Amino acid sequence: MSKAMTVDIPVSAGDEDHYRIKMGPQHPATHGVLRVDLDLQGETILECVPHVGYLHRGFEKLAEHRSYVQNLVLTDRLDYIAAMANNVGYCEAVEKLLGIEVPLRARYLRTMVCEMSRISGHLLGLATHALDIGAMTVFLYCFRERETLLELFAELCGARLTPTYTRLGGVRQDVTHSIMMKLERFVNEFPANIEEYETLIDTNRIWLMRTVDVGTLSAEDAVSLSITGPSLRGSGVDYDIRKHFPYAAYDLVDFEVPLGETGDTYARYRCRIEEMHQSNHILRQCIEQMPPGPIIGDDAPDLVMPVKQGRKLEVDAPARQGLIKLIEDRETFMEGDIYVPTEVPKGELGFYFISDGKGSPYRMHIRSPSFIHIGALKTMAKGVMVADLIAIIGTMDVVLGECDR
Amino acid sequence: MQILILLIQIAVLVAIVLLHVAYVTYFERKIIGHMQVRMGPMLVGWHGLLQPIADGIKSFFKEDIVPEQADKPLFLAAPIICLVAMMVSVAVLPFAKGWALADINIGLLFIFAMSSLASYGIILAGWASNSKFTLLGALRSMAQVISYEISLGLSLVGVMMLSGSLNLTEIVEAQGTSFFGMYIFSQPVAFFVFFVAMLAETNRVPFDLPEAETELVSGYITEYSGMRYAMFFMAEYIGMFVMASIGVVCFLGGWNGPFEVSIFPPIWFILKVYLIMFIFIWIRATIPRYRYDQLMAIGWKLLIPLTLGNIFVTGLVKASIN
Repeated sequence: MSKAMTVDIPVSAGDEDHYRIKMGPQHPATHGVLRVDLDLQGETILECVPHVGYLHRGFEKLAEHRSYVQNLVLTDRLDYIAAMANNVGYCEAVEKLLGIEVPLRARYLRTMVCEMSRISGHLLGLATHALDIGAMTVFLYCFRERETLLELFAELCGARLTPTYTRLGGVRQDVTHSIMMKLERFVNEFPANIEEYETLIDTNRIWLMRTVDVGTLSAEDAVSLSITGPSLRGSGVDYDIRKHFPYAAYDLVDFEVPLGETGDTYARYRCRIEEMHQSNHILRQCIEQMPPGPIIGDDAPDLVMPVKQGRKLEVDAPARQGLIKLIEDRETFMEGDIYVPTEVPKGELGFYFISDGKGSPYRMHIRSPSFIHIGALKTMAKGVMVADLIAIIGTMDVVLGECDR
Repeated sequence: MQILILLIQIAVLVAIVLLHVAYVTYFERKIIGHMQVRMGPMLVGWHGLLQPIADGIKSFFKEDIVPEQADKPLFLAAPIICLVAMMVSVAVLPFAKGWALADINIGLLFIFAMSSLASYGIILAGWASNSKFTLLGALRSMAQVISYEISLGLSLVGVMMLSGSLNLTEIVEAQGTSFFGMYIFSQPVAFFVFFVAMLAETNRVPFDLPEAETELVSGYITEYSGMRYAMFFMAEYIGMFVMASIGVVCFLGGWNGPFEVSIFPPIWFILKVYLIMFIFIWIRATIPRYRYDQLMAIGWKLLIPLTLGNIFVTGLVKASIN
């Protein structure tokens, strides 16, 4: 039997005494399939090189061969933790491109599902972050609340993780009374649940030792690294697309943008907790203000499902016609390019389209926050210990599905 | 004849300890489960009571993979060293008056020696696996054991000074049968240090750095599978049991309880051990993990000075009373 050869691929040229380790792509703390090549001295990281692409599915290329309507399902698979927000982001972008008006009720519904997915995304972020640092119970407590939200998604549109809920020009289905009741109960209970997580970690000495002054990003660094979302706001930069470039119904609801000061892991953690409070506040307003009216615009190019009460759903004549109609029948198309950002739980998700007037995009580019946050890893992880790198990956809250696309 | 009886006693003790280990895992999973709003094992048997047996069978029949690049003899020996060292220390534990398999005069030292020996198993496992994560885990473990063994030993010096013996039975008897005779009341600082060092010694949260799952995959046991993996697991749980027993013997009055149970004298001992184990598990469900340098700082800058001060004060008080 021949002995297997060891092939040592150098991380960087230099001292051979360094301990080189490849963390990932199969590693419990890299949130999926991130690979980080580490150059260690003892446990101190001299150099950290993140590698991405293990989950690459070619969405941007795929989108060029599918119509705008069909591309919607791809967005579910970006940040699969908060897919609703991606749906909304995509639809907002395409609607701007095609000039479609969205009715008010649909805008409110979009705001509602966006905030639900923001809470569930932050919950998962907090859960895995805490698990990485070793607080196992927080992980399961967070999943308990996330489960409630996913159940609501399932009731709303039939899927927990890949909802494809929005449609170009509106949303797919209206909320039922039962969903609103359940959501209201959730909204009433949720602040108490946040307090429960806080009792476990917020002032815990070990948690503070592991997060305060770890992975500190100054406001200048954060901006120059293009970091967005709670990770940017943790450094004290007031930038939230919901506030500054409102979409959906964000200009009609009242909320604050929580800011951190120190820019360390603890500040980002606090930011996320405060954001969950704000999202809860927005949800409450959505429930109270939900206006009546249609949920999808008249000129929506999409297939609208006919809903008949108490009868089995069947594709009848107008719907079939709609299916064929799809998008090809539209006569006016904008030519040119457009970039529309939206605020997803991780940060700024932007869709950039170049349109040549056909039914499918000539080029679709997705500006995904996770990809850019992973790019910041190299700067943040310099000179810290392995355990801190884990905390930093956790606090940047990356999802590889979105990063690799 | 004497030897035969001894052998039977050993066999019975080993069987009980192994069964106990199996059910401690069940105990832990159930408690953590309920603390984390879930059920824990439920499917195998009534409320999952047969789960540990099923786990045992599973790990017994799993393939025993030895990596090609591993140092084979050491790789195979490491889990055995770990398990044997831990098993042997059970022999000197006095479960009740006269219920110790080997009532030797250096019982306490013997247990320290054995638990240090077990860390050889860990280091060898990390080294022989020839993998980067296991080596890091082994290094962490080595540093941790060296620094915490010192404070663990020093914390018990106060107990040795008060009882004037290293024999575990005599230590219990020196505490008397009254509730307030327990050394936890006369040596609270030592008990605190002992408890913290005990967590570190048995690689439990918040000191589970050698096997920190999210950092080093599984630390030194990353490359192990099947029964050898289970052996490390058993060694860890026997280690927990032994350390909890030392705590009970040295600080909580051993087998003494509010009243005597003549049918089964070790009952109080076992209850106290389980109380400490419950706290182990409770801590695991509650708090996060320290970072490597923070762990070292606590060991050297806080615990060792505390124990040294404790020894000094104990000596001073004892000298002034005499």
